[in-house]
Amino acid sequence: MKYIVKKLITLIITLFVVSFLAFLAFQVISGDAATSMLGTNATPEQVAQLRAELGLDRPVLVQYGDWLGSFLQGDMGTSYTYNIPVRELIAQRLPVTALLTLMSFILILVVSFPLGLLAAEQEGRLLDRSLTISNQIIMSIPPIFVGILLSFVFGEVLRVFVPGNFVSYKEDLPAFLLYMLFPAISIALPRIAMTVKMLRSSVLNEMGKNYIYTAYSRGHSRSSALVSHALPNAMIPVVAFLAVSIAEMAAASIIVEQIFSVPGIGRLLLASISNRDVPVVQAIVVILAFWVVAVNFIADILYQYMDPRVRLS
Amino acid sequence: MKKINTEPLFKRQNYFLRIGAVITVVMLLMIVVGYFWTPYSTTQMNADLKFAGPSLAHPFGTDNFGRDIFSRVTEGAGTTFFIAVCVVLIGCIGGTIIGSLTGYFGGAADTILMHICDAITAFPSILMALVIIAAFGGGKYRIILILGILFIPSFARVVRGEFVRQKNLNYIYSARLMGAGHFRIMFRHILPNTIPVLLPAISIGFNNAVLAEASMSYLSIGVQPPDASLGRMLSEAQVYLGKAPWYAIFTGLVIVLLILGFSLLGEGLQQKNRR
Repeated sequence: MKYIVKKLITLIITLFVVSFLAFLAFQVISGDAATSMLGTNATPEQVAQLRAELGLDRPVLVQYGDWLGSFLQGDMGTSYTYNIPVRELIAQRLPVTALLTLMSFILILVVSFPLGLLAAEQEGRLLDRSLTISNQIIMSIPPIFVGILLSFVFGEVLRVFVPGNFVSYKEDLPAFLLYMLFPAISIALPRIAMTVKMLRSSVLNEMGKNYIYTAYSRGHSRSSALVSHALPNAMIPVVAFLAVSIAEMAAASIIVEQIFSVPGIGRLLLASISNRDVPVVQAIVVILAFWVVAVNFIADILYQYMDPRVRLS
Repeated sequence: MKKINTEPLFKRQNYFLRIGAVITVVMLLMIVVGYFWTPYSTTQMNADLKFAGPSLAHPFGTDNFGRDIFSRVTEGAGTTFFIAVCVVLIGCIGGTIIGSLTGYFGGAADTILMHICDAITAFPSILMALVIIAAFGGGKYRIILILGILFIPSFARVVRGEFVRQKNLNYIYSARLMGAGHFRIMFRHILPNTIPVLLPAISIGFNNAVLAEASMSYLSIGVQPPDASLGRMLSEAQVYLGKAPWYAIFTGLVIVLLILGFSLLGEGLQQKNRR
């Protein structure tokens, strides 16, 4: 309990720091939003008036407090380019990215656990060795290239889907899922390879310990000792790794959304960055930061729960 | 008498290390030669040769302007390699200094710095770099600086862990008894022993740097023209995927080989240390 409270306090402090930095970086350093909105032809008076309207002429800390206060109440300001509330913009895009992340995560779980266990079970045999080699190669293929290869093979050659022709989940759910399968694979593939490799070595590490010999002496076969005794302990580092990859998938989805023209948070972020749409960028950065910090927090708690040694020491 | 090798054949040979070394040497040769000489000019356009497929004259084919892709890929790999090496250098040197000082001396500075490092590593480096570049602007040298700084924590942690472990070993006590000062112990005695853990970290860092640079250039917030870049070429190639698939495939393949060579080297080195 004490541990959770301590972690919770760290979480809140981190979020404060990140939100302040996000605010500072874009509001103050990135140049004047009023100038960029009015263009270079604006008179100084016009700029000053717009600055006052946007509240850009007040002290930084006041602006930050104001921004954070309304942010927490769900008011994230108005987009400079679309002229609609940022909250609406994000509410449109967030489900797409969330679904993409969820699909990739399910893919990772479904594919890597059986493969990792199989590799550990067949240690040193042909299957294990070919998995090790293909893992090493797959880990070296960046998500961008996986995405491009997938859209070439399945989009141009096999014509399973049309790259760039995104279907919203509101219109046609099966078509949406089919389209999103390819971005999801691009995100998941390198991580599947890493998870398989990690699970394999973690299981094999446990299999060499004395309690496994005890299990053998009680009549367990190798595979049953592997699943019922080694796996629970071998899972601990893998779960920690998976938690970190959920955070990293947010970054990967920015790139993959661009490859497949998926209108998610990542594309919105990139478009807003090039349009200097400060409120949108700030909101997305804070949301992504919250996501990363929250995932790490949950991972810490899970770690505690799964490994009593951490909890008790 | 002939010495009999009792080790099993599979263990004796470190295939990862060898294959990794071969790939890396080939890539390095391509980059170094490409720096001084490429088969064709990388900027010369040729309207007659638009989208020519791979042939003997143009092994990787030509692009939408009739430029030789092999020559361009060589140049792009050079840029990517240069950036990755600089990033790893900054990260490694910075991380070694911070990690050795905090690991050796400990104390409050250690706790605070490690908390900061934890916070930085929690965020995916590509995401951080993206946001920072969005605020401050891009370009080759900014990317090197930003990624380099973002890579410091991962090296610092590795070096720190090794310093914490080594500083209480007997050989350090004897060095101290012989009158060696703190800095002599840190850099003359402990630092060489961190190399086995540092080398895999360097190979991982190099790969992450290649990945980050290619991704950012793909999103056109990385390297700006006229600098060639593999990521930027990929985003151009994607447009012509139906017409000239070789453009994307060969460009991507070079990125894969660049990463694969180093990751095999790193994996091989780890295997060697384990033995």
